[in-house]
Amino acid sequence: MSTLHFSHSQHAHCESGVTTNLLRHQGINISEPMAFGIGAGIFFAHIPFLKVSGTPGTTFRTWPGAIFKRVTERLHIDIHTQKFSTPEKAMQALDNVLAAGKPAGMLSSVYYLPYLPEAFRFHFNAHNLVVYGKEGNEYLVSDPVVETTTRIAPEDLAKARFAKGTPEPKGFMYYIKSAPSQVQYEKAIQAGIKQTCFFMLSPPLPWFGNKAIGLLAKKITKYPQKLTPRKASLYLGNVIRMQEEIGTGGAGFRFLYAAFLQEAGQLLQRDDLQQYAKELTTIGDDWRNFAYSAARLMKDRKNDLVSFDELGDMLRAVGDKEKQFFHKLQAIKW
Amino acid sequence: MKVNEVPQDPKDFREGDKITKVMYAVGDDGKYTSVNSAGWEPDNFATKQAWDAVDEELAATEQLVRSGQLSPIAYYMQKCLMDVALLAKYAGKWQWQVKRHMKPSGFAKLSDAMLQRYAEIFNISVTALTQFGK
Repeated sequence: MSTLHFSHSQHAHCESGVTTNLLRHQGINISEPMAFGIGAGIFFAHIPFLKVSGTPGTTFRTWPGAIFKRVTERLHIDIHTQKFSTPEKAMQALDNVLAAGKPAGMLSSVYYLPYLPEAFRFHFNAHNLVVYGKEGNEYLVSDPVVETTTRIAPEDLAKARFAKGTPEPKGFMYYIKSAPSQVQYEKAIQAGIKQTCFFMLSPPLPWFGNKAIGLLAKKITKYPQKLTPRKASLYLGNVIRMQEEIGTGGAGFRFLYAAFLQEAGQLLQRDDLQQYAKELTTIGDDWRNFAYSAARLMKDRKNDLVSFDELGDMLRAVGDKEKQFFHKLQAIKW
Repeated sequence: MKVNEVPQDPKDFREGDKITKVMYAVGDDGKYTSVNSAGWEPDNFATKQAWDAVDEELAATEQLVRSGQLSPIAYYMQKCLMDVALLAKYAGKWQWQVKRHMKPSGFAKLSDAMLQRYAEIFNISVTALTQFGK
């Protein structure tokens, strides 16, 4: 089977990283922040009744697969995406794509990726990676959160692609069929920003978008009354872990999005975008402070109402700032 | 976050310090740039805490298996970081069936095929499964 040359770079986030690496392979020189922003990767959701490994589901990013789909759509790149009913079909389809000389992106569960350190290996099913070749019986892997390329056995890869739980990857695989030699960023950037603002500000349900930050703040305030100290600590810990989901700088992707706004501002020569980048950096620092305070609370094993109240207030303040921020971003005249 | 504020706190448990992360931070010129980070203390603490909780619960379950109150299924389920809902999906059974298999009486009635399926899910041998706690 052919093994093609694939230029691997490490990135902050798996899906924007995979998207960036796949696009660069096609000769489109895009940065990770640009892919993240055009793909409207930033989001917030807190769904108390959806338990992931026993803790309420919290996310700071959009649903898996969305970034790649949106970026390629907005840059008019022709792609193929597919889910599979059985591991056999999924692995066969992968072999066919590799034989045709194309690298393929796919969803996986980090639990079944032996090349990752054990510390990271929970049942987290929304991890993206690229398989770019096969040597002997092993697949060659470009995982954007790892510094260098690596390898994986077919059994492990099949398990990772067919992990159960929330969400289920079902072998989801995607690749680029063809790409134009030149891409136009302006409209793509606008569409990405508009969509981000819409998802942050418009969902009528309390669990999604900016509203959900307030919901989480309210829930945290009630943790001491409703939960044992141990549970409260684990719940808070999960929020921090999602906030720092491999390399976001502890700010739940806010710095990555700010980097996008800055780059977009330079590219389109718009001072307002540069200014918004600075503003979001400050908000990102607030998120970091929230995580610091939450960690301190967990370490002290405090379970008094006052400290949880303060934490809730901190979070509410960040939520309010972000709400104003996204309203301003939405009001941009293009 | 400025470049010099990028945290460099190694995740020194379960090989967590084997990889570094990429983070975006603001340089002296006000421009964003990517920086490698060894890890971040609050995240390390939260992740360590989650692992410690797994260890504690696993030790407690091991005792219950050894004293004959739970079956080895309960132990290996937790060892693989699963809960009943997730294990039921992997096993292709209802949750109440898995719960029954987690009791020694239900476990004793399992067919060889079902034992084999559980062993595969836990990535162990059937002997390791049936002999655990004995």
